[in-house]
Amino acid sequence: MAVIILIIITALFFPGIILRIKSIASGRKGPGVLQPMKEIAILFRKGSVFGDTSGIIFRISPAISLSAVVCAMMVLPFGNLKAVISFEGDFIFFSYILALGKFFSIIGALDTGSSFEGMGANRETFFSMLIEPAFFILLATFAMFTGHTSFSDIFAGFHISSDHFILIYSILAVYIIIQIAVVENSRVPVDDPKTHLELTMIHEVMILDNSGFDKALIHIGSYLKFAVFGTLLYNVVVPAGINTILQIALFFSIQFVFALTIGLVESFRARNKMNKNPKFILTISAVAWIAFVLILIMTNKLT
Amino acid sequence: MLITGVFILLTLFSFIVFIVRGSLKYFLSLFILSAGIIITSVWSLSVLSDNKTVELTLQLPVLQHSLSLVIDRISAFFILVVNITVPVGFLYARGYLKQYSKTKTPLHFSIHYFSYIWLYLSMILVVMIRNGVAFLIAWEMMAVSSFLLVIFDAEDRLIMKTGISYLIQMHVGMFFILVAFLIVEKESGLMSFDALPEYFSKHSNIILFLLFFIGFGIKAGFVPMHTWLPRAHPAAPSHVSGIMSGVMIKMGIYGIVRILISLQNDLLPIGLIILGVSVISALYGVMMAIVQHDLKQLLAYHSIENIGIIGIGLGLGIIGIAEGNHVLSILGFSGGLLHVLNHSLFKSLLFFNAGSVYLATHTRNIEELGGLMKKMPWTAALFLTGSLAICGLPPFNGFISEYLIAIGMFKSLSAADLNQAIVLLSAITGLILTGGLAVFCFTKAFGIVFLGQPRSEKASFAHEADTIMILPELITIIFILLIGLASPLFVRPVIDMAAAAFNLTDSVPASATSLISLSHISILSGIFVVIVTLLLVYRYFHLQRRIVTTGSVWGCGYTASSPKQQYTATSYAYNYNHLAKPLLGTQKIMEEMEEGEIFPGERDFKSFSEDVFRTRVIDIPVDRISGLLKKIAVMQTGEIRHYILYAFVFILLVLLLTFFNLI
Repeated sequence: MAVIILIIITALFFPGIILRIKSIASGRKGPGVLQPMKEIAILFRKGSVFGDTSGIIFRISPAISLSAVVCAMMVLPFGNLKAVISFEGDFIFFSYILALGKFFSIIGALDTGSSFEGMGANRETFFSMLIEPAFFILLATFAMFTGHTSFSDIFAGFHISSDHFILIYSILAVYIIIQIAVVENSRVPVDDPKTHLELTMIHEVMILDNSGFDKALIHIGSYLKFAVFGTLLYNVVVPAGINTILQIALFFSIQFVFALTIGLVESFRARNKMNKNPKFILTISAVAWIAFVLILIMTNKLT
Repeated sequence: MLITGVFILLTLFSFIVFIVRGSLKYFLSLFILSAGIIITSVWSLSVLSDNKTVELTLQLPVLQHSLSLVIDRISAFFILVVNITVPVGFLYARGYLKQYSKTKTPLHFSIHYFSYIWLYLSMILVVMIRNGVAFLIAWEMMAVSSFLLVIFDAEDRLIMKTGISYLIQMHVGMFFILVAFLIVEKESGLMSFDALPEYFSKHSNIILFLLFFIGFGIKAGFVPMHTWLPRAHPAAPSHVSGIMSGVMIKMGIYGIVRILISLQNDLLPIGLIILGVSVISALYGVMMAIVQHDLKQLLAYHSIENIGIIGIGLGLGIIGIAEGNHVLSILGFSGGLLHVLNHSLFKSLLFFNAGSVYLATHTRNIEELGGLMKKMPWTAALFLTGSLAICGLPPFNGFISEYLIAIGMFKSLSAADLNQAIVLLSAITGLILTGGLAVFCFTKAFGIVFLGQPRSEKASFAHEADTIMILPELITIIFILLIGLASPLFVRPVIDMAAAAFNLTDSVPASATSLISLSHISILSGIFVVIVTLLLVYRYFHLQRRIVTTGSVWGCGYTASSPKQQYTATSYAYNYNHLAKPLLGTQKIMEEMEEGEIFPGERDFKSFSEDVFRTRVIDIPVDRISGLLKKIAVMQTGEIRHYILYAFVFILLVLLLTFFNLI
């Protein structure tokens, strides 16, 4: 359960930190760290407006997407603590349940019949389809390296190796996870969520018509997703078996650094041209294949 | 013996369909089907539960030999797969065929019901018969009866043409099986599946396997033998497409499994061949599916994808045996076989609902549909369930089989050597990419057809399907949810069956951890359902206390938005198309805007993609051959003296050749 609480605490501050960093980097005073949470509180208080063409799918999809993220959290381990539910191939479940959430958010957007949202939906499904192999190739290398097939066991057995290549491999893994998080959450350089509504090409354009309660759920879902990928990062970087308090401290610092990275990238980098994105995303899969070759070398299979 | 008698009596009963009148025809057929289903289900369940083999001997007066029907576990499994979907299809047909009640004569209906019964019986016989000749007869019955079902709408020339091309391709497949059986008979003197292990232990396995694989693969629809599928499925009435895609193509898988059981050596190359062909089938099937505009053709291409997934499981199983990795084998085989059941459920469901959409709108063109969810909520909900299941998303059944296949590969990675690791990772990438593409395809199919606003008049006057069409589909839904939420119940017997069939029973305990994992998945899926329910209930009460209004959808300041501005299937696939263009050969037909054209006139835009395999493997060779034959046709003059001359030349030739001792 601890990991879920930690993820929720992280999610409370994560978007705020990104906002703060962006405003500092651009020399603005900017809102406080808790501003996104205040906005969510406002959304909860508000009523809802539904498009006259949208039907039931539009209304239920935010709840289903959020539930999917919550379910995905349950298979994540944290340091010495195993996940709430851990089993062989739990990462397959992790990825597929997130895909289910995505499926619903996509058809929820299509339910409005608006061409903007169709556009966003199409791109979201296209890009997440392209990123999927990268995630699984990465996890295949984890499984091959550690001999385990669940998040908890993989990360428990990850830092035992004393091979020097593990350092390069960890860097690659960190890079891949950050990029996956960026694509999954549609952030710079794949998409810029803070442009004017219609210019935002992927995620934000899909939720143009959501309001009130539903919009709050969608935001919570995407904040949690950030924290989820941050937790994966933490598990790759920090070895299990150290003091729990230190672990928690490290957990929050890594999440902070993760948010910092995203904030800085968003401040200093422009968004890709939309038709360059497939190349960008497929590069991540290519990097994952390189990581695979590294593991082949490390496990003496490639000699 | 008594039961056998009843069985034979039922087959004879099917002829009475031609005699009785009106709706009695339907109910008589239903009675025959249900009797057959009950009998065979009892047999199969007893085989699966007691782990014994049922053997029946039919002593027919017309045949000199007695025909023995054997039900082992594999047959029992396939019988149950057939027995779930066939009755649902027939119950659905009651409502679906109503539209034809004015245009078709009673004879049409008689032939249709009769063929349906015989398609069922032939499928049951195919999985029970071991004798080669009898098997081929049953196989032929299956081809002919399904052909008759496909051409129900034969007034349409195109459908007739499609049907004939289907029949021809089925016979090409049969030819390969026949040749394979003849080779076996020549060597071992026995033309039967039972003779295969002996043959395989003495001779090279690959060639005979390839013959069988091509023969059965044409039925199953592996790329590049798939070309009949995307044409025949849209042509057939929807309940027939559901049965053909859901069940009949699985007979090809059955045949392949039978061969795989008998293999003795050369396992690794055979496994790699199956795996390679399957990964290509899976990817190619789904890639083609995305660019289809015809809803049923889209589903047909998806069958190819799913056959590919089944094949990946089977291929991994064989590779596992070859490499001594029995856990991979068990997980691969059971994943593949479970996917046979799963696919038969959700694919038939999707076809039935595509049929309901066709019935309500009289079009299968996705671009003309839209907004049907409001008019046909039940159909939409059923189609959505099928879509989620076919994408392999939890908590539905497709996930379970894909999970089994995937976990087998992930578990084998750590002990794999270089080559194995590369093969496994490529297969993983293929499987995962297929899953991603399937999500792409079904968000499109469901989103464009059922959501948004109607894109044409046809769609705006749609109405919900008949209750008698919806109710039987609930049976399918129940199975989909049961397998998804209580998977260990179904996976355990499948694992036992696969292990028994491939002599891997020793390794069953090693794969028990997977059953534990499946129970964890069930728990998590349960938690997911609970969270969703709680959230939705809370949402309901939350919104009760808030002001809820409706307004127009955000149009970016543009107020005169019309349904035509919605995203279409083509635009949804645009960026994908851009990426996959070299493979799919998508073509556009449009008139470019001229320079200085201030008031553009009306314009058409058409885009289509051709099946590269169909043009290269079927169309071009067929055109070449028929061109050649046309040249030879010069000899066909119609004048009798020429023909006498031909005969004379022939006799002379024979004489000369004998004279020189050449023949």
